[in-house]
Amino acid sequence: MKLNDTLRFSFKTLTSYRTRSFLIILAMALGVAAVIVLTALGDGARRYVVNQFASIGTNLIIVLPGRAETAGSFPGAVMGQTPRDLTLEDARWVGRLAEVRRYAPLNVGAAELSAAGRLREVTVMGTTAEIFPIRHMRLAQGDFLSAASAGSAQIVLGAAIAQEFFPDGHVLGQRVRLSDRRFTVTGVLAAQGQTMGFNSDEVVIIPVRQAQALFNTNSLFRLLIEARHRGEIEEAKQAIRETLIRRHDGEDDVTVITQDAVLATFDRILRALTLGVAGIAVISLAVAGILVMNVMLVAVSQRTAEIGLLKAIGTPATVIRRVFLAEAAWLSLTGALLGFVLGHIGSLMLRLAYPLLPAWPPYWANFAAIFVAVLTGVLAGLLPATRAARLDPVQALSKR
Amino acid sequence: MIQLSDISRVFQMGDQAVHALDHIDLEINSGEYVSIMGPSGSGKSTLLNVIGLLDRPNSGQYLLDGRNVTDLSETEQAQVRREKIGFIFQSFHLVPRLTAAENIELPLILTGMPPSERKLRVQETLDAFDLGNRAQHRPAELSGGQRQRVAIARATILRPTALLADEPTGNLDHRIGSEVMALLENLNQVGTTLIVVTHDRELGVRAHRRLGMRDGKIAADEK
Repeated sequence: MKLNDTLRFSFKTLTSYRTRSFLIILAMALGVAAVIVLTALGDGARRYVVNQFASIGTNLIIVLPGRAETAGSFPGAVMGQTPRDLTLEDARWVGRLAEVRRYAPLNVGAAELSAAGRLREVTVMGTTAEIFPIRHMRLAQGDFLSAASAGSAQIVLGAAIAQEFFPDGHVLGQRVRLSDRRFTVTGVLAAQGQTMGFNSDEVVIIPVRQAQALFNTNSLFRLLIEARHRGEIEEAKQAIRETLIRRHDGEDDVTVITQDAVLATFDRILRALTLGVAGIAVISLAVAGILVMNVMLVAVSQRTAEIGLLKAIGTPATVIRRVFLAEAAWLSLTGALLGFVLGHIGSLMLRLAYPLLPAWPPYWANFAAIFVAVLTGVLAGLLPATRAARLDPVQALSKR
Repeated sequence: MIQLSDISRVFQMGDQAVHALDHIDLEINSGEYVSIMGPSGSGKSTLLNVIGLLDRPNSGQYLLDGRNVTDLSETEQAQVRREKIGFIFQSFHLVPRLTAAENIELPLILTGMPPSERKLRVQETLDAFDLGNRAQHRPAELSGGQRQRVAIARATILRPTALLADEPTGNLDHRIGSEVMALLENLNQVGTTLIVVTHDRELGVRAHRRLGMRDGKIAADEK
């Protein structure tokens, strides 16, 4: 029997047992769809995290005061108690390094903001103008700490805060109070929303010296550094550490984090998660494969007389096996394709429901799902097909 | 030409060996019309199955058109069946989900004949068996006589040298049964060897040669 005749013959069989075929195809399709949707979810989460990191800046190096003694805990950093402060002077020295393109010292605290008869608690960031390019922040209006006026009492309001305090939009030049200090509004941040759990719409930014005075501290909370080149991050990290050790009397009491290291860890964790989820979904494919086997076994016993007849008119066992295998292949292939479509519809709905989550299944998942589905289907068809081919024709024919 | 020499077929029933065929010697010439009669269990169906290569004898030798077919592989036997033998069954054995035309087409598909040629051959055959207006009907929509005509058309479309019929009229009423027999006899007239197994005496005596079987042996051979 020629291949296309085999395929047509087995296809015709499937269309004449519609309910049976439909149920099997559905089982297969759900298995494949599960693989695609779950990997889309897992990979979407991974990409979300990666994107979040990328939005902070890719050449970023962060210096924290205090030393992480063992992996996983930063007691000094959390408590704000460190043997030696990370000072503005330290920052300036680091800024002179050849590997450093720009740097921004950072102090963070909370204070009461009052203006136009309103009062609320806000997060205050004390820093320099360099923070904008480093953190990819943008100003909606005005400017901040143009070089001439470094250290003066300027303040930039987050988009939401500006809206709250000055709903009429006349913000620039307004005078506000932060605790007991007066500031002049020189700029408003562009609305950016949430990045890495930090909402830049809800902060105010003041010069770092003003912040240190406000919070009565000499130590920086963080020092953000942008390396000149992505490839030089390791060298930059090394140079920064050496500079700070030298300045801190030979003591290695800062922690230097590169975003790449954090990113790689997250990437690894989430990739493993995606694989795990895909593994669970593959089990549903195996279940579908067993279903195909069951149904094919039932089909063989239902069609015993037909197999006997095929033998009587001179069909070799190999051809009979091929016909039943083709049937299994049709079932699983159709199921896999339907599942592929269902899975992508599912992923699309995920993306519509959670626009932040880029829930696209990874390429390998598409291929793997279809490949595994067809493979299990055909493997599951082997046993029934072989059984059909081995039937004794005389006994098969005597069965009605 | 069919030549059986010293053919035995033994079935194991529990701890008892049943000799369905007990050292049979038989020669059937091309173009003969033979009936095989006998009580049930006498081995007449087993004889037909051995002749049709559906069943393998435990011992003995079978020459079909001078070729020893006893020890052929399964695939080779299938090919011999396809080319030289046509089977007619009491219960027709049509594939229920295929139309009359598709049932008749089955043996042609097995030979790998291209579809256009198949269509032509099927149409010729449908016309020859007066089934032209039933081509697209499924077996369930056909009468018993029509079903058996489809089965005969399928068995003969590759022009086998021998037609083996096992109780071909067993599921048909008398009048339709006679028509079907007449159809088979017509095929015999143009040269096809016809072997009919039946327990219906009236049918059996129409054959030119009548074999009587009893306990796995040929008890009578009348011409």
